[in-house]
Amino acid sequence: MSAKFVVGIDLGTTHSALALAELSGADERVSVLEIEQLVAAGAVAKRSLLPSFLYFAHESEPALALPWDAERRVAVGEFARARGAEAPERVIASAKSWLSYGGIDRRAGNLPLGAPADIEKISPVEASFRFLDHLNEAFRAARPADGDLSEHEVVLTVPASFDAGARDLTVEAALAAGFEQVTLLEEPQAALYAWIEQNGEAWRSHLRAGDRVLVIDIGGGTTDFSLIDAVEQDGSLGLSRVAVGDHILLGGDNMDLALAHVVGQELAEQGKELDRFQLSALAHACRAAKEKLLSDASLDQVAVVLPSRGSQLLGGSIRGELRREQVERYLLEGFFPAVAASELPKTRPRAGLTQVGLPYASDAAITKHLAAFLARHAFADPAASAPDARPPSAILFNGGVLKAEILRTRVIDTLNAWLEQRGSAKARVLPGEDLDLAVARGAAYYGLVRHGRGLRIRGGTARAYYVGIESPMPALPGLDPPVFALCVAPFGMEEGTQAALPPQELFVVVGEPVTFRFFGSSTRRTDPAGSVLERWRPGELEELPQIELVLPPAGRAAGDVVAVQLQASVTAIGTLKLEAIAQAPIAPDERWQIELSVRLGSSGSA
Amino acid sequence: MTVTSLPLLSRIWLSWVTSFRILFDGHFASKIALLADADAQPESPQPVALPSETPQPRHEAASPNAALSLLSLLQREGRFIDFVQQELASFSDADIGAAARVVHEGCRRAIRGHARVVSVRNEAEGSSLTLERASEDVKLVGKVAGSAPFRGVLRHRGWRVEELTLPTVVGAHDPRLVAPAELELS
Repeated sequence: MSAKFVVGIDLGTTHSALALAELSGADERVSVLEIEQLVAAGAVAKRSLLPSFLYFAHESEPALALPWDAERRVAVGEFARARGAEAPERVIASAKSWLSYGGIDRRAGNLPLGAPADIEKISPVEASFRFLDHLNEAFRAARPADGDLSEHEVVLTVPASFDAGARDLTVEAALAAGFEQVTLLEEPQAALYAWIEQNGEAWRSHLRAGDRVLVIDIGGGTTDFSLIDAVEQDGSLGLSRVAVGDHILLGGDNMDLALAHVVGQELAEQGKELDRFQLSALAHACRAAKEKLLSDASLDQVAVVLPSRGSQLLGGSIRGELRREQVERYLLEGFFPAVAASELPKTRPRAGLTQVGLPYASDAAITKHLAAFLARHAFADPAASAPDARPPSAILFNGGVLKAEILRTRVIDTLNAWLEQRGSAKARVLPGEDLDLAVARGAAYYGLVRHGRGLRIRGGTARAYYVGIESPMPALPGLDPPVFALCVAPFGMEEGTQAALPPQELFVVVGEPVTFRFFGSSTRRTDPAGSVLERWRPGELEELPQIELVLPPAGRAAGDVVAVQLQASVTAIGTLKLEAIAQAPIAPDERWQIELSVRLGSSGSA
Repeated sequence: MTVTSLPLLSRIWLSWVTSFRILFDGHFASKIALLADADAQPESPQPVALPSETPQPRHEAASPNAALSLLSLLQREGRFIDFVQQELASFSDADIGAAARVVHEGCRRAIRGHARVVSVRNEAEGSSLTLERASEDVKLVGKVAGSAPFRGVLRHRGWRVEELTLPTVVGAHDPRLVAPAELELS
């Protein structure tokens, strides 16, 4: 069966979107699907964005009917988001951030956190599946002649900063939704593809070989940086992704909350106390006020009105205001301070006792996170560990937050000040449009590119991966045995390739729970597969969630120690696969797959 | 069999809701197929679009469901019903102004999200205008006499709704319930 469409899906932290392009069509036009969803009790409408919220109906409510399912008890989209303010314990938000958080078992039912007893909690993987499933249903309803998304090619975007485990779990959700022909794509790359699609052939006149593009993507909940190089490739221009940043849980929602806090404080000083409902309404009102102030330089303040909760609108409403000076102080100086290139984000040591929660960024200054990213990948000494460190020459913006020109200008000015100080040329801005939908559009365009219909960004894996190996040594009180890091997958492995490791003396125990320590590095780009690091600089290797599994004995006795060779490969989908191959097999091709996204419980297959 | 003709808005509404049932409910679809066969000249299904030029005289009552859907939308987004249901007399202009912001912002978002409203004439209000032919688009006021061309001053540019896509009612929801009462549990 050959697919008719390539479908690009932006499975976002706060919004999802779907775009499609015809594979056999003469042109390379990408269109966005209007997604039918519940927008209020009993009301369905189409929207280009699907809010990534999931609401569980209470027994007091009628079914959350959709045109294709009259009995549904779970809603996805605008109504779910609205219920998030009214009944927060019944709503899942930021499922995607949970998907990338190794601190919980991501396959176990633990969302919504603190849900009442009548809700059967679901896992971050299942929540992601529900969003994808809704997109599939909306696609079927909108295009009944084109069947199901499983019959088409699907490109699913993930943050460039997702580690191998989070990528695996994303694919798991896609497979559960029945998407058999799925490929992963990094979001900043998708944004650049959208820019190429939008510019047509003219894009080649905007970029020259030698250019380095800094993609800055600030969404509702996360911030993501990437560097993509324009290179000479067989006489024509090619693109190569050279670096990605850390996963930063910081985005537009934080900014709206910060402003709501400022206005709420002022109201409290006037003796107007707000309840939880009004605080949530205040964040919405502040977002609208912020957008007005940012888009109209002639305004000095905008009234922020919190409507009364009762039916008497007049008299009961609370009126405050948001002033330009506040937006500049708290947004510009709080989130985008004009700092020196050497100023890095503050990290706060985690308290000994914490609640289960997402690892939000502890420093809100996005420019400092950018400085840290560039210090590692662009401004570092090329002689040291960063062989191809080079400053960016162009910027591409993505994400709804950066629709505000004042914020874009601040980022450009700050970056250019850093560049100037280093004697480098200023970076220019690649004009992008449609910052909300670019990722989905770019993903669909990438689907065409995979069929040879345009230029492909090369890059491979964004990290090098290592397993921790304990070296044998006599027990010493108070000293942990030293851990060496064996590089199993070098940086930049391309899809469909494998890394052959030199012979090793490694042993695994079958039939019993074993744990592997697992590390990633986005800075060590030259370690070949098989190299062993005995020490590394702080921050160079990031420890990923530990892998705990039971390798099935399959014919061997449980507890047997087997000599193995490790082998890493990158699948066609774009996920990392790690296998242990028996050195002295007792069956043909005896090997164990080591599942990277497993944290608790056991898994693994022969 | 006497078949009464439904008003146009009701038909638009009906075609919209039934299109989904036809798609997802085989029994319903077969009944529709029978109906279509029985009709010697089957009417082609009405697309969801606004009436273009219909020269016949007509007299239609608005479909209550579409209107209720609009009221519900305006209340949800802009507290419209709360606003018009309340007496204004005892409130100051500052209070009314604060409420008007809520209503204006919400209703504007609702209308812009669901309708495309364009002006009928693009000339500046107050400028002179010559109308070659009389048309429903432009209402003549003042000394209304004589024949085309009509020369005058444009007083109001007029509005036309080019596209309208209201949320549709699904499930067992009572469309007359434009805002349920709220009970907060703690």
